[in-house]
Amino acid sequence: MTERVLLGDEAVAQAAIDAGVSAAYAYPGTPSTEILEYILDWTRKHGRPHASWCANEKTAYEEALGVSFMGRRALVTMKHVGLNVAADPFMNSPLLDITGGLVLGIADDPGMHSSQNEQDSRFYADFARIICLEPANQQEAYEMTREAFDLSERFQIPVMIRLVTRLAHSRAAVEGAAPIPERPLEKCTRRGGWMLLPAMARRNFASLIERQTDIREYAEGAPHNALRINGARVGVITTGIARNYYRENVAEFDNEPSHLHIGAYPIPVGKVRRLVESVDRVVVVEEGYPYVERYLRGLIDPGVEIVGKVDGALPVSGELNPDNIRPALGLPTRSGIVLDGLTLPQRPPQFCKGCGHADTYAFIKAVIEEIGDATVTSDIGCYALGALPPYQVPETIVDMGASVSMAKGAAEAGGKNIIAVIGDSTFLHSGVTPLMDAVVAGADMTVVIVDNMAVAMTGGQETLYPSSELTNIVKGVGVDPEHVVVLEAHRRKHEENMAALKKELSYKGVSVVITVRECVETARRAARNKES
Amino acid sequence: MNYDIILAGVGGQGVLSVGAIIAQSAMKSGFFVKQSEVHGMSQRGGAVLANLRISDSEIASDLIATGTAAMVLSMEPLESLRYVGYLAPDGELVTSKNPLENITDYPDVEEVYAQIRKIPKSTLIDSLALARDAGSLLATNMVMVGAAAHALPVPESTITKTISEVFARKGERVVETNLKAFDLGMQAGQARQAG
Repeated sequence: MTERVLLGDEAVAQAAIDAGVSAAYAYPGTPSTEILEYILDWTRKHGRPHASWCANEKTAYEEALGVSFMGRRALVTMKHVGLNVAADPFMNSPLLDITGGLVLGIADDPGMHSSQNEQDSRFYADFARIICLEPANQQEAYEMTREAFDLSERFQIPVMIRLVTRLAHSRAAVEGAAPIPERPLEKCTRRGGWMLLPAMARRNFASLIERQTDIREYAEGAPHNALRINGARVGVITTGIARNYYRENVAEFDNEPSHLHIGAYPIPVGKVRRLVESVDRVVVVEEGYPYVERYLRGLIDPGVEIVGKVDGALPVSGELNPDNIRPALGLPTRSGIVLDGLTLPQRPPQFCKGCGHADTYAFIKAVIEEIGDATVTSDIGCYALGALPPYQVPETIVDMGASVSMAKGAAEAGGKNIIAVIGDSTFLHSGVTPLMDAVVAGADMTVVIVDNMAVAMTGGQETLYPSSELTNIVKGVGVDPEHVVVLEAHRRKHEENMAALKKELSYKGVSVVITVRECVETARRAARNKES
Repeated sequence: MNYDIILAGVGGQGVLSVGAIIAQSAMKSGFFVKQSEVHGMSQRGGAVLANLRISDSEIASDLIATGTAAMVLSMEPLESLRYVGYLAPDGELVTSKNPLENITDYPDVEEVYAQIRKIPKSTLIDSLALARDAGSLLATNMVMVGAAAHALPVPESTITKTISEVFARKGERVVETNLKAFDLGMQAGQARQAG
């Protein structure tokens, strides 16, 4: 079959295509972005499947549900925190009569390379009572995604594929299997199967609980959960990519431990018991939260010694690697060259040369220095870099859209000169609804939409609406057109922009200042494409 | 046989394209390859690290362990020092000598060079000058691929073939410039080995 070199993300995408997916939806978010990018690229060349970026993860999830309702296969992808946004449809979807396979591709970011937290999506899968498959490498990412569609249809539940950054963004050769065609249009006709009115939801929930026995049986027998008992008194449980780091070290054992690898959830309780019963000590190595470990410990530790994150033998935050798992395995630490006499300065990310965000922060900073008392809430995106020197303007960065809602709260708490700085795409994702709250309440605040005409941080995807539509959206929500101001985000307009912001800050009500300049990265790329 | 390479540089310097050329060449030569990359925020002018693993047997970890890498290949001298802990005792450090000073507390560059020279097998390459000689500063990355070539478990002809293929889309002149950059880098790398 076809061999391709793919990122973990791309392996999920190729598998969905080969599994006859009819539509794929997503909102860009590191480290999940490349899944949909790959499908979009494929669709440009081949015409199918349908693929599109959506306003946010919630709409993406619901659009995928619509496809599944029509009996066809759907993929929805997002980063871990995106599932918080999509949690409403996600938690309800296992109660639906899924006939068109629905797969949720989710990429966690332990170590917070590009994220606000390192939440572990396996808890969500458990919470929703669905199957979660956790590949350890690119080949498994492909195979498990193929299988996930089948499992979704077999158990009539959405199935989660959980990736982590190191797999999502690591490349290796992947062997594909024969593609299958899309499923026919075949809408679910069972009355109540897709309506969660309380009486129907109760029935559907009972059915979901009933199916748990079969789901557990599946996980118990799944080859992804591989148990090898070899008589050693020490056992190791690995999950997902933690197996790779374990394998990297396993040759150093005189007596190789018994080993259970978990790649399919719910946790295969029978296999865990068999392992634990055969050893005195079990080391649990998992990327993310101590999910399996906490199950194992329960409230009262069993008679077997459990070594993992809870007791501090493994780091409880950040990523695992081939080195930091060694102490828990009882192996000596490895050493390398240590620099002598030179402390290396950090090199944090920063605004690109010529970035409009930098010029926007420069004039906001100048205004604040002049007026003294001001509060700046900000948001998720490249412009969050304005929190670092030399600008240090934002005071809050919490979650998508929170700049606008927190500004309203800050104004209502009695703060003066409240400024919310939010990017164009983040505004479309989750900034419009809090702006409605603010307009209705007449909150005294100024929203600065830093408009670079792109979803820049994740690689310059197109925003949902073109830049020119932002003013209409803002006015449509009810912001007084007199106080919707569009500025050019350029240093040559510095004085002019300062004056405009000061004027809007003095207005007692909601004003919106849109500072526009195309992202230098996307502009450069567009110029290159034009050349070639 | 394992050949693990730490690729280092600053976001925007093309660390990933260097990795891609070496990885593709290694695959052409029949090796297993894994390349772990950094996407997202760090790519904006921050320190960037990629792990490229080449082996004649299946590779488990995407990440390289401390004290085991065969090479640190860096597009920037300060960045090369950030990862020396990964080098095996007989590992090799190959770095561009051209600093990218986008931070206010960049140390004295001579001090950086002195630290690099303390590494038993280390090579400083004037990649900008060699790229200029090749015809384009855009070819700096291929100078660094060339500088690493003597130690890679991949024949030089396979690498030049990959370079030709990768740049073919951009026309013959770009291909020639990059091949020349590779060649100049290779001479510089070999000269250091001989000396």
